[in-house]
Amino acid sequence: MGCIESLKYEKILPLGASFKECREYVEKNYTEVWYVEPGYKLFDEYIIGLPPIVLGIEEGTKITFPYTKPCHGTYLLRIEGVEEVERVRKTAKTKKQAGKIR
Amino acid sequence: MTDPLPSPEKAIIVLGCPEVPVQQALALSVASGLRDRGADVLVTGNPSVLGLLKVSDPKGVYITKTLVLETCIAEIVEKKRDCTLCIVFAHNDAAIAYAATLSHLLPGSRFIVIVFGKDPEPLAAEINFPCETIVEKAVHNPAQLRAKINKVLGWAVSRV
Repeated sequence: MGCIESLKYEKILPLGASFKECREYVEKNYTEVWYVEPGYKLFDEYIIGLPPIVLGIEEGTKITFPYTKPCHGTYLLRIEGVEEVERVRKTAKTKKQAGKIR
Repeated sequence: MTDPLPSPEKAIIVLGCPEVPVQQALALSVASGLRDRGADVLVTGNPSVLGLLKVSDPKGVYITKTLVLETCIAEIVEKKRDCTLCIVFAHNDAAIAYAATLSHLLPGSRFIVIVFGKDPEPLAAEINFPCETIVEKAVHNPAQLRAKINKVLGWAVSRV
């Protein structure tokens, strides 16, 4: 496993965000939305959370997703990764078009 | 004299952030009870909580196997580890998220979430996955919560 802290990321929602808030934010603000189950591997990390876990893809190059740390809680972050975007498009189970164009 | 444990042979105890004192005491108590009944017990959590347990149990009387939580989840996802009983201690949102994840990854195991802390009811309301729940307001005094845990696990109530 890797460490999320070793990756360059942007915080979209701060620590303390609920999973519901993260899901609603992505569904509202992203046109390309994917859903995965807990334990899905993204950027070499197994994603934790209440299923279904939402992923938003932006500009075909960036993925926004909730990330949980045991002591600190959940936050929504965005990481650039073209290869991971392609892998999500091939392996995420469901896709939903929703929200405004970003 | 302890009651026979009907099913679990492999148990995983998942601990949350160690900031609520009852967790430490109850983790040792539950691990001890499971071991007395023949279970193979693994305790997982972040390095801080595992460090506290190791200091509390220097000779490994109650807890012999520990694993950092991220590694434990990775091994479960990769089908290198499973269990027949999983008990999650949860006193914040993050722990509920970890519980949801493990419940999803361990569909065949008996799954118990112990929700505690200053205000456990709203946290318990977040649980929307299959599990048994034990909910009790508990921060410093583990007595009531321990009684509830013992009841759910089918153990005789200790007077100690």
